[in-house]
Amino acid sequence: MGQKILLEHANVPGIKTYEVYRQHGGYRSVEKALKSMTPDEVVEEVKTSGLRGRGGAGFPTGMKWSFIDKKSGKPRHLVCNADESEPGTFKDRYLMEYIPHLLIEGMITSSYALGANLSYIYIRGEYMWVFRILEKAIKEAYAAGWLGKNILGSGFDLDLHVHCGAGAYICGEETALIESLEGKRGNPRIKPPFPAVSGLWSNPTVVNNVESIAVVPWIVNNSGEDYAKIGIGRSTGTKLISASGHIKNPGVYEIELGLSVDEFMNSDEYLGGMMNDRPLKALVPGGSSVPILPAHLIYKNAEGGDRLMSYESLSEGGFATGSMLGSGGFIVYNDTTCIVRNTWNFSRFYHHESCGQCSPCREGTGWMEKVLHRIENGHGREEDIELLWDIQRKIEGNTICPLGDAAAWPVAAAIRHFRDEFEYHVRFPEKIKNRDHFVAEPFEKVKHLVAKQTV
Amino acid sequence: MKVTIDGQEINVEPGTTILQAARMIGGESVPPAMCYYSKLKGSGGKCRCCLVEVSKGSEADPRPMPKLVASCVTGVMDGMEVKSITSERVVDARKSVTEFLLINHPLDCPICDQAGECDLQNLSFKNGSAKTRFVEEKRTFEPENIGDNIQLHMNRCILCYRCVMTADQLTDNRVHGVLNRGDHSQISTAISKAINNEFSGNMIDVCPVGALTDKTFRFKQRVWFNKPYNAHRDCDKCCGKTTLWMFGEEIQRVTARKDEYHEVEEFICNECRFDHKDTKDWVIEGPRKFEKDSVINQNNYTRKLDTVTIETEKQILLGREQDRKKISMPAVPLKKDEVQVFKEGNI
Repeated sequence: MGQKILLEHANVPGIKTYEVYRQHGGYRSVEKALKSMTPDEVVEEVKTSGLRGRGGAGFPTGMKWSFIDKKSGKPRHLVCNADESEPGTFKDRYLMEYIPHLLIEGMITSSYALGANLSYIYIRGEYMWVFRILEKAIKEAYAAGWLGKNILGSGFDLDLHVHCGAGAYICGEETALIESLEGKRGNPRIKPPFPAVSGLWSNPTVVNNVESIAVVPWIVNNSGEDYAKIGIGRSTGTKLISASGHIKNPGVYEIELGLSVDEFMNSDEYLGGMMNDRPLKALVPGGSSVPILPAHLIYKNAEGGDRLMSYESLSEGGFATGSMLGSGGFIVYNDTTCIVRNTWNFSRFYHHESCGQCSPCREGTGWMEKVLHRIENGHGREEDIELLWDIQRKIEGNTICPLGDAAAWPVAAAIRHFRDEFEYHVRFPEKIKNRDHFVAEPFEKVKHLVAKQTV
Repeated sequence: MKVTIDGQEINVEPGTTILQAARMIGGESVPPAMCYYSKLKGSGGKCRCCLVEVSKGSEADPRPMPKLVASCVTGVMDGMEVKSITSERVVDARKSVTEFLLINHPLDCPICDQAGECDLQNLSFKNGSAKTRFVEEKRTFEPENIGDNIQLHMNRCILCYRCVMTADQLTDNRVHGVLNRGDHSQISTAISKAINNEFSGNMIDVCPVGALTDKTFRFKQRVWFNKPYNAHRDCDKCCGKTTLWMFGEEIQRVTARKDEYHEVEEFICNECRFDHKDTKDWVIEGPRKFEKDSVINQNNYTRKLDTVTIETEKQILLGREQDRKKISMPAVPLKKDEVQVFKEGNI
């Protein structure tokens, strides 16, 4: 049983309310930070903890905090990115829905560390009921004196607002989020300047994921060193994983980083193995943007070593044989899955969510979606596979924000690892005309049709 | 600050972007720019045509930048080394962006008023491919009336955001903007409203493609058959310095004066642009010169023209002597009434 940091009290009845949360040691970190620590000491603790951003990129949170421009004298802001829209990821929703006060406590402590007096939680529009839960929790926190003027007599003021987005995936990108928060169209800004220098209303701003902020109270209550002891190597602490797909027990799990993928997948404590005991075909370990892994690269990396749930281990072998931990959207596929259809589905998502600001992403995502749609529906041509590869190559790295990369990677990985399935779709349109064609006839059975033959 | 672009060194002020430095050098190394407009604040970085490779970050930090950067929004550093056309990656990226911009473009240049002075034409002439790999149906938009003076062709738009910035920075109360998302983003007025601001006509000039064109000039002339003249008038709203596009004695179109990167020198007001189509209103300064490879020089009238006599003209009109004899065919005798007609004519 791994250590629980975030979900320790998640199942306590009534933990949503302030009283119960307080009885279970809530808001201790605010007391500790405001009464006995300087803001820099809090930043230092977070730095020591080695906490890495939980939104997907895995950038060290303490480092991000230390970049914030304190010299300019402008007001600073902390913005919590709760615009969790990555397909396959639902950990932040779980956290905010069940323990809303944990996020608010984290926001207060983190704002204190950054010297921010006006902080925001930007939540996606589809999470309307969570928005209401947070609003209620903030009201309770104001009433109990944890927010507002002169908190605990320390002279530190903080106002916290929840802002509801309108449901655009792109607003999860930090600069687009800031634009949206300012009331503009959610287009990513061109960097530099980075938000740490010029963010919300041109003031220095830090944007952090819900999970990153929710961890801060524990780090302050205990210590950065204690946090760094959990986990493996540079992947410290615990991580929420949203598991979905063809597994016995889907849901949100808190794991210590460094757990092996095999144990996570197959132990009864976690996912409990494959649903209906059908064979495993593929895995997307970190939300739809990261490369898909074929069965032989899931438990072992290319060198034959064990694959672990950590930032480093999952990306071993680069994109050729590895993937990324990303935001922890763990999607498992069994042999009935059509990878082409899945890739088309992801592509359709990115096509729909591209903001339309820069040309490679605006035009390229739509083009990829159309080509994949054609292949999936049996109208593909042999050269379409090369064409797809070329389009994704031309999008990747040429866009303003990472959405272009996120759209290109799943397509690239699917072609890299499952090229024969694409060929099967192109060459046998009759066989794939029903969308459940792999249920009756898994790919293993028809693989010989597209196998290279030596005469 | 010293910066090297494709091996050519130049000293520039701090705060200059790579694109501006390249334009100071000039020549082949200047990256194409579809969305950047030096007169508009905050423009650039969107079209990705001007991507360049930074092979050396600066003197202090010589590491190369891993990704290609948009030269129009990246400031130079001391000792920076930039590769534009000498880098294969850059050339490839430009080709890619051109392809992306063209897949949904209607390619209706033969009926487009912008043809001949279109940045997308120039870009695809240099970086485009003759064949398309896009076999799907192109994206189209419903036609929309945005006012009496400006014609919007959304199908041609490449979403450079220049017109939005022009309206933001030049006029009060912008009424148009970008609606929707992704490849269905469109320039539009959210509530059907005419764009009739006093400086709105400049949207036409800043548009790099034929998405925004002059309604008073619509389908009147191919631009290379017009004779552009510099002219000015006293205007209380703007500088009054314009280019008149003449056909004979008629002023067919008035635009602001554009430099070699197709950026206007000074913005002009709608009154100058749309309402003064009489030569009496203008003081004509003289023919406007264009860069050497512009198609507008097709109809070059700035040099002295000699009268050309075509020697064969007489023969073409009358036919050669021996042919005329053949046609009359004296070997075949005429009938009696035919002889009469031949002599007296058919009265």
